[in-house]
Amino acid sequence: MKFDMVLTTCPFCGTGCNFYLKVLGEKITDVLPCKTHPVSQGELCVLGRNAYKFIQNKNRLTKPLIKKGDDFIEVSWSEAYKQVADGLLEIKKNYGSDALGVLSSAKCTNEENYLIMKFTRGILGTNNLDHCARL
Amino acid sequence: MAGLAAAFGAGAMTNSIAEIDDTDCVLVIGSNTTGQHPLVASKIIRAKEKGAKLIVIDPRKIPLTEYADLFIQVKPGTNVALINGIIHILIEKGLIDEAFIRERTEGFEELKQKVKEYPAERVTEVTGISKEVLEKAALLYGQADKAMIFYAMGITQHTTGTDNVKSVANLAMVTGNIGRPSTGVNPLRGQNNVQGACDMGALPNVLTGYQPVSDPGARSLFREKWNLSLPDTPGLTLVEMMDSAREGSLKGMLVVGENPMMSDPDTQHVKESLEALDLLVVQDIFLTETAKLAHVVLPASSFAEKEGTFTNTDRRVQRVRKAIDPIGQSKPDWQIISELAREMGFTGFDFDSPEEIMKEISSVTSPYAGITYERLDKGEVLHWPCPDENHPGTPFLHEKEFPRGKGKFFALDYIPPDELPDSEYPYILSTGRIPFHFHGGSMTRKIDVLNQEVPTGYVNIHPEDAKKLGVAKKEWLKVSSRRGEISIQANISTEVKPGIVFIPMHFSECAVNTLTNRKFDAIAKIPGFKVCAVNIKKQDRKIQGSFQ
Ligand code: SF4
Ligand code: SF4
Repeated sequence: MKFDMVLTTCPFCGTGCNFYLKVLGEKITDVLPCKTHPVSQGELCVLGRNAYKFIQNKNRLTKPLIKKGDDFIEVSWSEAYKQVADGLLEIKKNYGSDALGVLSSAKCTNEENYLIMKFTRGILGTNNLDHCARL
Repeated sequence: MAGLAAAFGAGAMTNSIAEIDDTDCVLVIGSNTTGQHPLVASKIIRAKEKGAKLIVIDPRKIPLTEYADLFIQVKPGTNVALINGIIHILIEKGLIDEAFIRERTEGFEELKQKVKEYPAERVTEVTGISKEVLEKAALLYGQADKAMIFYAMGITQHTTGTDNVKSVANLAMVTGNIGRPSTGVNPLRGQNNVQGACDMGALPNVLTGYQPVSDPGARSLFREKWNLSLPDTPGLTLVEMMDSAREGSLKGMLVVGENPMMSDPDTQHVKESLEALDLLVVQDIFLTETAKLAHVVLPASSFAEKEGTFTNTDRRVQRVRKAIDPIGQSKPDWQIISELAREMGFTGFDFDSPEEIMKEISSVTSPYAGITYERLDKGEVLHWPCPDENHPGTPFLHEKEFPRGKGKFFALDYIPPDELPDSEYPYILSTGRIPFHFHGGSMTRKIDVLNQEVPTGYVNIHPEDAKKLGVAKKEWLKVSSRRGEISIQANISTEVKPGIVFIPMHFSECAVNTLTNRKFDAIAKIPGFKVCAVNIKKQDRKIQGSFQ
């Protein structure tokens, strides 16, 4: 069985503690603090110590969903992409780029925020882009 | 961060968290540090044990006050008056750094004239803080060789938030506590990658590294890299997008990893806005309150299922590493966006890995120009600005010069909070985070041990007020404002002063944002939801539920 210790950065507050995710097979079984990190110095708060628990929660979304009436139905990625792409392009064509807006996330990585920024400005053609830092 | 940008020309933490170890004085204002940034709090407490002085300014008796040399329980919304009063005393007692003021700053004379209007008597009347306490604060902060200020949402989430920040910048500059190790003005960012999201230009007015969208030079740099043209006028903020959606001019939204239904002020307004859209697409790891309103929901992967970087509150860029494969058919957000762009027929999104994306970021973002996965994976500690691959990074800013040249003092007037209590709504409501839960709660409420600690919301109410209303702990109350009402259980606590109540922001069944005030700070556009007026009534009906 695969056994791994993966050093990563805590996804909760801006302190940016590092810790190890302990991986057994395909499961993350524990979080271990990192001694050499200048802020955590071998400590973690209650959020960081439990950071692995939501990852494998049974309520995680596992398939793309499209709303039909009041309910969601599961669809394939290609179907979901097509609906989103067509929908965005149609609004852009009929109402102009500034009829679209994007909220990026402080939970996403830098690389993801960059791509979302590139997508919003370069493809959608709008500066209607924000995230919740103000809040 | 508009206040810091105005004073210095840059809006991030000026110093790094590790520098707390060597400071002589820590001033914490509007940050419940033990709850929001626990390990920053432990560092502060350790510094205190080594002899540093600790001043805490907060309307609530937060846990950190137990360690404080001085706790200033200020009336909510009166920080500008308080700090003007302290600066007035610093000038009178000659505790200012005249050389620093002369060489590095401008606007001091105006500030000096302004704070003359804030003698202790007036400040006491406005803030409720006595002259002795004001003097003690001035001595503790002013006599320290190296003093660090930390603040958080507690001072920015006000209708006068930008002034509050300029005000702490004034305080740091009059005493020369900036541009040196273990000093500075340090906003503690809430979520893990707020700093990074801002650095990457996830804002309506700037590209990466705060390059304005209105700057033709910046736009042409990106146009050449991307082969795509860029719009030149600043876009709408989150709150403005919600307004436009409700009016009908905004038709479609893509929401990635955010839950505005929980984190925005005035939930009902947000719901109506999102429901008015022709197309709402949400990418998230859970079916959040916001995702439930979407037309299409795309399943995203968590931090443990992808590579990447986060930039924490002190500008340090750190690696996120993949531990397991994506759960189910979920995909990392970077992959979803790349594939969606290709589906829409665009090139320039053919990235195989986040490392490739970082190379593109470095090529258009000078503070990140020297940041590579190779260096991070070797264990190098890199705080931006890091302009080239041999640069060691910058733990503290503004050593020789401010980005705007001289640091700017602002002569500020105290402006009373936008919504003051009256006979109909006689209590001041304040909101914020508590330990054990995080922001809208979509991640942390899935963690059982955390839910056992604090399973549902409550309102903190002072024993005197509780007596007046005849309520006991755990009894149900109806809390109402001009915008809505919620049912919530009472918690009797001396953490708040009489006349003031506190509700944490994490629980959807009693979402405090139903009550809060949408009128926002005119410059930073942070809704003023730290202060709003409410009424409280005891509820007769019994509701099932438990807490603590
Ligand atoms: S802590 Fe000691 S007893 Fe426990 S697993 Fe490690 S070595 Fe074994
Ligand atoms: S472990 Fe706690 S203090 Fe450290 S980053 Fe995570 S949430 Fe913040």
